Amino acid sequence: MTVKAITANRLSDGNVVYLRQDDTWSERIQESIVADSEDLATALLELAKRAVAERLVVDPYLFAVSVEDGRIRPLGRREEIRAAGPSVRTDLGYQAAAE
Amino acid sequence: MYRYDEFDQTLVDDRVEQFRGQVQRRLSGALTEEQFRPLRLMNGVYLQLHAYMLRVAIPYGVLSTRQLRKLAHIARRYDKGYGHFTTRQNIQYNWPKLYEVPDILAELAEVEMHAIQTSGNCIRNVTADQFAGVAADEIEDPRIYAEIIRQWSTLHPEFSFLPRKFKIALTAAPHDRAAIKTHDIGIGMVKNAEGETGFEIFVGGGLGRTPVVAKRVRGFLPKQHLLSYLEAILRVYNQLGQRNNIYKARIKILVNQVGIEAFTAMVEEEWQHLKDDALDLPADEIAYIKSYFAPPSYEKLEGEDASLAEKRLAEPAFARWLLTSLQPHKAPGYAIVTISLKPDGGIPGDATAEQMEAVADLADRYSFGEVRVAHEQNLVLTDVRQRDLHAVWQELRRHGLAAPNVGLLSDIIACPGLDYCSLANARSIPLAQQITRRFADLDRLHHIGKITLNISGCINACGHHHVGNIGILGVDKKGTEFYQVTLGGSADENTSLGEIVGPAFDEHHVVDAVETVVNTYLEIRKNGEDFITAYRRVGLAPFKETLYAAH
Amino acid sequence: MPLIKDGKIAQDPWIEAAPDAALPDVDALLVPYAVWHEHRETLMKRNGRLGVRLAADQPPQLIAGDLDRLDLVALEFPTFRDGRAYSYARLLRERYGYKKELRAVGNVLRDQFLFMHRCGFDAYAVADENLAAEWSRALAEISVVYQPSTDRRRPISSLRRRTPAGPGAAPAPKSGEIVSSWAY
Repeated sequence: MTVKAITANRLSDGNVVYLRQDDTWSERIQESIVADSEDLATALLELAKRAVAERLVVDPYLFAVSVEDGRIRPLGRREEIRAAGPSVRTDLGYQAAAE
Repeated sequence: MYRYDEFDQTLVDDRVEQFRGQVQRRLSGALTEEQFRPLRLMNGVYLQLHAYMLRVAIPYGVLSTRQLRKLAHIARRYDKGYGHFTTRQNIQYNWPKLYEVPDILAELAEVEMHAIQTSGNCIRNVTADQFAGVAADEIEDPRIYAEIIRQWSTLHPEFSFLPRKFKIALTAAPHDRAAIKTHDIGIGMVKNAEGETGFEIFVGGGLGRTPVVAKRVRGFLPKQHLLSYLEAILRVYNQLGQRNNIYKARIKILVNQVGIEAFTAMVEEEWQHLKDDALDLPADEIAYIKSYFAPPSYEKLEGEDASLAEKRLAEPAFARWLLTSLQPHKAPGYAIVTISLKPDGGIPGDATAEQMEAVADLADRYSFGEVRVAHEQNLVLTDVRQRDLHAVWQELRRHGLAAPNVGLLSDIIACPGLDYCSLANARSIPLAQQITRRFADLDRLHHIGKITLNISGCINACGHHHVGNIGILGVDKKGTEFYQVTLGGSADENTSLGEIVGPAFDEHHVVDAVETVVNTYLEIRKNGEDFITAYRRVGLAPFKETLYAAH
Repeated sequence: MPLIKDGKIAQDPWIEAAPDAALPDVDALLVPYAVWHEHRETLMKRNGRLGVRLAADQPPQLIAGDLDRLDLVALEFPTFRDGRAYSYARLLRERYGYKKELRAVGNVLRDQFLFMHRCGFDAYAVADENLAAEWSRALAEISVVYQPSTDRRRPISSLRRRTPAGPGAAPAPKSGEIVSSWAY
């Protein structure tokens, strides 16, 4: 299967977040836990739904990533933009802080 | 312009506190996201790709400088220093925090603004001709009726859970600048045989997945019946519009299904019950609202200002800007100035807080303190003395706001696309940027002449691609962005929908495709006809040929 | 389901008939429209009070001729997003002159109370009895209205005619009170 990670938006401020290994949420995609099996992916989504019930995040979903040399790369333009920020405003979003 | 009285202010203040309560209940867990979503949407709060988005209503595109400065302040204090003016004359902020939205709304309420019904399945912010009240060609000021409709539609108890969103637009000029036939209800002001002014009503227009040009439901409606007639249309739609499929829920589908004759009959039947009753608009009510839109005290000026001709000759860049930016004003010696928000390589419709303040300063100094937002995502100074035009231009140049391209190819309408929007399939803005750079040569741009180019990043068509002379629709093919090109669309009084030229282009070829279309037009153009006239004469074939000849 | 009337939890005397079962012998009988349609004659002759429940795709025209015999009409919100019953409620009150209990049933939520009330509902079947405490608060949240509606609140346009506000030559206020002309 494709390797997957989980993303959502934080309820309070709307920022994009990724699920970490320890069941907390990070603004950095590099910190996200990746699932290399369907079972793990399903389990992670369950955890994310609990975070919805706990009012931490909204609208969580799985998305495809690749992992090369330990770096997580989202697949597809949409998730690339979500992880980085608007492609037309590189001064905004997470990409701005990454400099 | 309209000013809130104590009642209008109370309603907006109440709404701020109501929404504050709703946000608190969401954050405390009393509301689930599913329950909260329609509540936040009805107050203009979306959840987008990166963050929440707040859409603030600018009713019929009219802003005071006090309001514009407040918008700048909000951009700076609560967002990232800019805002995005939309095709529905609203402004969007891309990075507000949910817990701060109630404070933003409270600040807006201080200047008689709100975000009520800027989304959701309700009657949306009413839009109008951006030159209303000053255009030389208008019959009457449509802002009076737009304001009356704004009030009637605000928190309407019966029509807040419609099958789908509902958009109303008005114009009072024979040349339609408000795209009324692409709206759920389009209202044009007309004169009947007796010389009385009233309304011509169109219904069932819309873009999106199924683009439809609105059909006429009534040729002449006397003024006092405006609200009862709208209520009749809405009541028919609320009961009969489809609710099980969001792609078939707009009123255009209902009108197409039952046919305009049957639909008209239903509306007229409902209206018989509603007319001459509580929704009747007495002349004094109209006069009361009209009193807010009294023209400013114009100076008595001669026709064209003499100094203007001199400066035009002396400065070609100024002359070029005049050529595209001005509209005839009904007061002699005055001009309407459109400020392009489409600089080369810029983001269509975006303005920084500093730019907003600069425009506000200009409006205070030169234009009676009023600004308009055009649905083409530009700003307008409505009342500039011709002798001040040069000073206004110089000031605009200092703020990067003097692009001489209004109405030309680089005056692109574009939705935010995949850079911001969670519904988008492809990016729109980079395409607009590439096109404006490709056509940066002003001689060439002016040589091409009047043309519209609209870009949407998905089938929802927020960038109005169906009604651009050239339309571009972003589609997703297995994770890659592709762009479908349509030709022949138009959003004015001769509204037409563009035709698809053929297979979509990838991001590396779509700008070339636009250039090919333009070059083909330049070859076939006769007697200086504009693009749409030429297109209507020759049709799709010659463009198809040059676009796909090499393949 | 708890029933809210006048902002308080109220006793609900109404028994709803199941679609296919025999009609129970009770004082206040609520039937779905399908049952009403099929057994109308029998039901009309019954002693005791009658009510009809309309689904969201059953407009009130279906029972317009029978309203004299009904003490309850229940209008269904299959989801709170389905707003047809707002129009149905106004038609019942304003056009067909129905004056008895008009009950909102189904997905009835706090943030819809105000609109429902304005459209003529006077009873609300809710999932949570704590909503009774919220009812008056929900109604008071918006203290002025722009539209004439079933609740006969004076719209802002009629209120402001008493106020000689507005710039320039605002028209003189009309003499006397102008009360909304809705009458149901």
